[in-house]
This record gives sequence, structure tokens and C-alpha cells, in this order.
Amino acid sequence: MPRTELKEKFIEFLLKASAFISIFTTIGILYVLLSESTDFFKEVSIVEFLTDKQWTPLFTEKHYGILPLLSGTLLTSFIAVLIAVPIGLSIAVYLNEYSPKKIRKILKPTLEVLAAIPTVVYGYFALMVVTPFLQLFIPSLSGFNALSPGIVMGIMIIPLVASLSEDALYAIPYSLREASYGMGATKLQTVFRVLIPSASSGIIVSIILAISRAFGETMIVAIAAGQQPNFTFNPLVPIETITTYIVQVSLGDVVQGSIEYKTIYAAGIALFVLTFILNNISYYIRKKYQKYQL
Amino acid sequence: MISNSVKINRFKDRIFKWYGLLSTTIGVVILFVFLYTIIKEGWDRLNWQFFTSLPSRRPSSAGILVPLLGTFWIMILTTIIAVPIGVAAAIYLEEYGKKDKFASFIEVNIANLAGVPSIIYGLLALEIFVRIMGLGRSLLSGAFTLSLLILPIVIVSTREALKSVPKTIREASYALGATKWKTIWNAVLPSAAGGILTGVILAISRAIGETAPLVVIGAMLYITTIPTHPLDDFSVLPIQIYNWLSRPQKGFIENATAAIIVLLAITFILNGIAIYLRNKWQNKVKW
Repeated sequence: MPRTELKEKFIEFLLKASAFISIFTTIGILYVLLSESTDFFKEVSIVEFLTDKQWTPLFTEKHYGILPLLSGTLLTSFIAVLIAVPIGLSIAVYLNEYSPKKIRKILKPTLEVLAAIPTVVYGYFALMVVTPFLQLFIPSLSGFNALSPGIVMGIMIIPLVASLSEDALYAIPYSLREASYGMGATKLQTVFRVLIPSASSGIIVSIILAISRAFGETMIVAIAAGQQPNFTFNPLVPIETITTYIVQVSLGDVVQGSIEYKTIYAAGIALFVLTFILNNISYYIRKKYQKYQL
Repeated sequence: MISNSVKINRFKDRIFKWYGLLSTTIGVVILFVFLYTIIKEGWDRLNWQFFTSLPSRRPSSAGILVPLLGTFWIMILTTIIAVPIGVAAAIYLEEYGKKDKFASFIEVNIANLAGVPSIIYGLLALEIFVRIMGLGRSLLSGAFTLSLLILPIVIVSTREALKSVPKTIREASYALGATKWKTIWNAVLPSAAGGILTGVILAISRAIGETAPLVVIGAMLYITTIPTHPLDDFSVLPIQIYNWLSRPQKGFIENATAAIIVLLAITFILNGIAIYLRNKWQNKVKW
């Protein structure tokens, strides 16, 4: 049956080619980011890029220091993680260890809805709902700030943290819980002294992925944080993140090949490197943890 | 006799239980506050004129016809591009190259791509699709961009669906003399169809809510013509919302809110279909 065999081989080739597209995508990303930013670093030294405290490529007096964008990214992400991790982890513990099945069946899908809402909608909430609400308590909060998009981003990431931590808790064998209860421990003691330590690698993965997600978030900060590169860690004033800068330039009429155009690729590679490192750490922990799972 | 420390511990346990319930409800409460605000602010703006009008510089005569059609175009084109490639790649990884080094390399690669921020895909697309391939700011550029973005999701969910098909199904097919591909096509894929479809719908729902990569490829233009061809310029709902949100006039904010209701409705319908299919499929197929 050479014809059938030929057909089988051909189909396998097609399938393999489809799988190859993911590799082409990675090569494409690396090529585009590297080639454009190499041009950028011919004109701006890498030392200036990493140490200058001003980022003003769109002004007449140009400065190309990534620090203000980096501080904006770190600040909003820090606020987001501060919201998402404690709440997400509590949700995971509650749903896994405490909640009656009926409540779990209703609450879990409802929380998943939070993950399905487009980010531009979250941006609207940050700008139109959360900022005015916070201004009632913090009068000095400006209309655009890091605090409100940070909080909203945290709410957006809650389902991510909750579901990854829940998977980690769920994977712990029941015998460990029984052993702890047998010693007379309460649920709370079991959670904090047995379950969370055993699930720590999974929980760490969820935190790292939450940070990575926050670094890459664009629309919430683009809408509500003000697009002003300030080198500050004050959450009450307007800031700009790496992602927002890329959006800001894309909205304007920037000539291809100009230094302004190249700056978005330089900003892009900074963002890519940050998230790439975080994602690989989490992938490595997850692989290692799967191998030693009880 | 119960000692004091046991009492304290039980008390702490009860407190934590309530705290856990509170944390879980916070998310739900916020969700409802958000939905309530949007519907309250935007509902009145939703009329026939809003759905059938072209963009305008006056908020009261502007509408979402162009971005709405753009969103439907993007939805269809992205499905056509991403689904065959994603499913094919998943079949290869799950059924053919399971143990070899190449497959595990692709696996690491896909895990990495899934974590790349969406705006980076915009930078990739701006160079490759818009400039080098010369597709410009067209629907096709946008659909290619979003397809690359959702490929990892399609591949991962398809693999999960394929994994859940038991080995006996494959063995039964082989025993009847079917070739590998015939087994996959006639036995494995039909059994996994529900799971694959669920994953695909969720991925598409993700794609139509994306804004950032499309802003980067330049889809933020003032477009007054209805897209009729894959190479036409386009806008989509999230971009229109962003555009209106960045204007100071109150009328445009109201328009943005109304457009958000439409976008959320589409997102929720897609997610609802996906959840329905998942439940139906899980209940029907019991191996």
C-alpha cells in the first residue's frame, strides 16, 4: 500500500509544519526585537539606556533612560500583586478546604468571569469608577495615577492566582490532611503548617506568573495611569509603564526608521527580557515539581 | 475538658473560614458593581442609531457599525487561520512526536509564547505583517496578529482534549486495520471534538477582547467605511472603546460605556456557549 503510506507521511509532514509555526513565531519575535533595538543601541549607549533617569524621546531635548518606565511598571505591578496574591490565595484555600460543594459550584465559575472580561473594560473601571472612589479618601490623588490601575489589575489577576494555587492545593494527597487532623490540628493549622508548605512550589509559580502578567498588562495603565514617564514610586501621581509607552508612540504618527520608532522596540525588548526570565523560572519550577509530586 | 488553647485555635479557624468566604465574595461583589455601573451608565445610549451609525465627531450621532463589523470579521478570519494550525500542531505533539526531543523543545517554546505580553505580538506584527508582507493596517494583518496570540491557547486546550480520549478507542480503531491518520480522523478527533470546540471558543473570545497589539499595528484610525474585504482598513470594538475613553467630552464616555455593554455581551455569550458545551460534553461522554 505505497499510496496510503505516502498519504500518511504527507499528513504527518503537514502536522509537523503546523507545530513549527510556534518556533517561527519565537524566532520572529527575537529577530524583530533584536534587529530594531540594535539600531537603537547604535545611537544610544546601553549605559545611558539603563541609568538615565529621564525618558523623553518625543521631546526636543531627548533622554533615553528606561528607569522611569521601569519604575512605573514595577509600581503598578507591585500594587497589583499586593492585591491579587493574598486574595487569590485565600480564595484557593477557602474553595479547596472550607467551602461546601454547592457554594464552590456557584462561586468558581463566577470568579472565572473576571478573567474573561477584556482589559479595555478594566481600564474603564479604573478611570471612571475606582479613581473617583479613591479620591473620596485620598484627596491628593490625581485623576491619572498608579494606584487605581494597580488595584484594578490586581482584581483582574485574582482568578489566575486563585486557580493556579487551587491546583497546587488540590494535588496534595488527602493522607497528609488526615495525618494532620489525626494529630488534633484544626483546619487552619493544617492549611498553614501542612498544605501551604507542601504546595509552596505551585503557589510560587502562581505568584511569578501574576507578576509576569502584570508587567505585560497594557490597556488598564494606558487608560488610567496618565502616560507621563515619572521616575517615582509615589502611587498618587501619573506614571507611564513600558507597555503604555509603546501604545503612546503607536497612536502618533512616528516615521518608520526614526529613532522614536526604534525606541518602542528597545522598550519592547526590555519588557520581553523581564517576562521571559519570569516565565522560564516558573516553567522550571513547575517541571521540577511535577517530577517530585507525591 | 477542653483546654484554652484548643478553644482559641477553633475560634481562629472559624474566623478564617469567614475571612475566606469574604475574600471569595469580594471578587463576585466587585464584578456585580462593575456590571451595574456599566449598565446604568450606558444602557440608555443603546438604540438602533448607535448600532447602525458610522463614527462621527459629534458623540450623539456616532455609532459602532464599523467596529462591530470589524470585530465580526476578525472573529471569522482569526478562527479560519488559528484553528486548523493550532489543532494540527496539537495533534502532532500529542499523537506523533510524543517522546522525541523536537516535540519537547516545541512544548517549552509554546509555554514561553503563552507568557509573552500581547503588546509584543503587536511589535512583531508591525514589522512582519504590516511592513515586510505589505498587508498594511488591514483586517488580515489584525487576524494574523491575533491568531499568533491565541495559537498557544488553542494548542494547549486541544492537547488536553486529545489526552482525555482513552487509549482503547485508538486500539479498537487500529485493530480494525485503520492507519494512524484514519484513527485520528475517524475515532480520536470526533471523541475530542467537544473539548476542542470549548477551547477554541474561549480562545476566540480572548482574541476579540484584545486591544494592545491592534493599537500597535495601527488600527486606531478614523475609519468611516464599512470593511468588505480582508485587505480593508478596520477598527474593532475594544479600539473604539479606547478611542472614546481618551476623549474629554462626556458624550463620548457614554458612547464608550454603551460599546462596553456590546463587547461584554459578545464575550459573555461566547463564554456561555463554551461552558455549556463543556458541561454537555462532560456529562455525555463517560468512558
